[in-house]
Amino acid sequence: MRVVLGEDLTLLRDGLIRLLTAYDMEVVAAVDSGPELLRALITHRPDVAVVDVRLPPTFTDEGLRAAVQARAQLPGLPVLVLSQHVEQLYAKELLSAGTGGLGYLLKDRVSDVRRFIEAVRTVAAGGTAMDPEVVSQLLARHARDDQLSRLTPRERDVLALMAEGHSNAGIAARLVVTEKAIDKHIGNIFAKLDLYPGEDANRRVLAVLTYLNA
Amino acid sequence: MSDPGGTVRRLARRTLRTCLRGMALAFTAVACLPLFVFALVSVVMVASGIGLVIAPKMLLAVRWQADLERRRALEWSGVTIAAPYRPEPTTGNRLVRGFRRGMWVLRDPATWRDLLWTVAGVPVSLVLGLAPAALVGFGVWNLVVDIGTLFYGWYHVAPNGFTLQLFFLWMLPLAVFCGPWFLRMHARIASSLLAPTRTEMATRVTQLTESRSVAVDSSAAELRRIERDLHDGAQARLVALGMNIGLAEQVVRDDPELALTLLAEARAASGEALSELRALVRGIHPPVLAERGLDGAVCALALSLPLHVDVHINLPGRGSAPVESAAYFVIAEALTNVVKHSGATRAWVQLEYEPGKLVAIVGDNGTGGAVPRADGGLRGIERRLSAFDGMVAVTSPIGGPTQVTMELPCELSLART
Repeated sequence: MRVVLGEDLTLLRDGLIRLLTAYDMEVVAAVDSGPELLRALITHRPDVAVVDVRLPPTFTDEGLRAAVQARAQLPGLPVLVLSQHVEQLYAKELLSAGTGGLGYLLKDRVSDVRRFIEAVRTVAAGGTAMDPEVVSQLLARHARDDQLSRLTPRERDVLALMAEGHSNAGIAARLVVTEKAIDKHIGNIFAKLDLYPGEDANRRVLAVLTYLNA
Repeated sequence: MSDPGGTVRRLARRTLRTCLRGMALAFTAVACLPLFVFALVSVVMVASGIGLVIAPKMLLAVRWQADLERRRALEWSGVTIAAPYRPEPTTGNRLVRGFRRGMWVLRDPATWRDLLWTVAGVPVSLVLGLAPAALVGFGVWNLVVDIGTLFYGWYHVAPNGFTLQLFFLWMLPLAVFCGPWFLRMHARIASSLLAPTRTEMATRVTQLTESRSVAVDSSAAELRRIERDLHDGAQARLVALGMNIGLAEQVVRDDPELALTLLAEARAASGEALSELRALVRGIHPPVLAERGLDGAVCALALSLPLHVDVHINLPGRGSAPVESAAYFVIAEALTNVVKHSGATRAWVQLEYEPGKLVAIVGDNGTGGAVPRADGGLRGIERRLSAFDGMVAVTSPIGGPTQVTMELPCELSLART
């Protein structure tokens, strides 16, 4: 798997390169500024990009902007955005393109190596991996919303875990039920969100997007 | 001068502008003369009661004219005339506030000096305002006549009117070079009535000293809080983290199981330390404010709350960092109050720039009846705004809706990022 990395702090950049390489990923470019990142994303067209929100030269949201721009030029380019803080606003902007292949995580999550690598792979495969903090804020915000209020609490839990980027097996393990039960819940969620039969992975992404964009 | 043509054009344009501005001053002075009469009559009628309602309105109109003069003095002549008025009362319900506002206008000595200016300013504005235009008029007229006489024959007129003619000929250059001086003179004279007096300045200094000491106190208290949070929170957790890792290092060969547990604990501690630091950073200066400025930060704030918040922001530029930070925190505080106390299902934030101040309105459809308490959020908002001479007003009838209006005097830089 080919990865482009955008991170300006040497310590973190080296750590991430080591981490990704250890899990058989190839870091084709590791850059430390917004403009360079955009160039690297366009030229390398990586399988996934791991990007810090705040980058030089302005140290504002350079990385995020580069990611959004790159995705405008290369629709569906998988990007995993890392940040010291998560904002619903940024999540919304990233998701506004309406396609999957997106991750938005707190930098802390890197310390849970296995989870982090799972998230990178999910994003590369076109799924979404949202930080639990984003998801829980959304949950509080949209508890009373129409479409989502049709879901049972259990189904909402399942959808939230899907948004965080867990596989069915992962969700089943977390909720301590069988994978079959999860399959059933997911089927119900698709039906309640008016997502008709189609390619399963795609419907999964759509369900998550409906939930996150609500 | 490398470009004499350009210089002439520039001077001509400046002179024309000066003439027009002078005429505007004279016109305003005459046009506002009826205001003086009405205001005076309404003040006399205060005794009969009706005046109590009308007089403040008339006097506010007079104040409006005085403000116009102040603005023109600054923009046209570079003479700063500070507004001398006492701070506007904002507390109380509608009726009480209306009465207090009336008294506020009537009892402010600056009001009466403004009124004096509406009549005393007329001759001053007429003479000094019309002077540049008159000089240009005479000069040009003389020039035209002169050219006429040149054709007619110089010797016919020259002998008896020679000195007079020289006098007239000087008027044009006088208008060109001294025109702005007339306007400046006008501004200076206006300043003698429209600017704050010494006692008013002294009152203002007292106010500023008070608000400064509040600002200094609260920023010192803020720093103490941050120090304590770091000391008891992140620092302590990092110590524990180091200890756990050290222990794990020692036992890793003999007891890998224990080492693993210690390392897992260390990782958890690092996560907690990070989330504490994150909360602390948000309290000092929210990252999204640094990244997106005030409007982005307020949008982000609205999105992060557990209720629907409508956001309308119309800012032509960005404020200075302290202004943006204060505005953000007072809006955040007001929204926190909405979430905590109002029981509302919807809230709205309106943020606009009016000349000289940021105006933020935070409203909700909750139960209303909000009362400022000594330790409550409203007091915090007041404290933060007082450092900027800003103010907060709350309307919150029982049953709602509650609306908090906050004003923060400032200038915006027009460059958008």
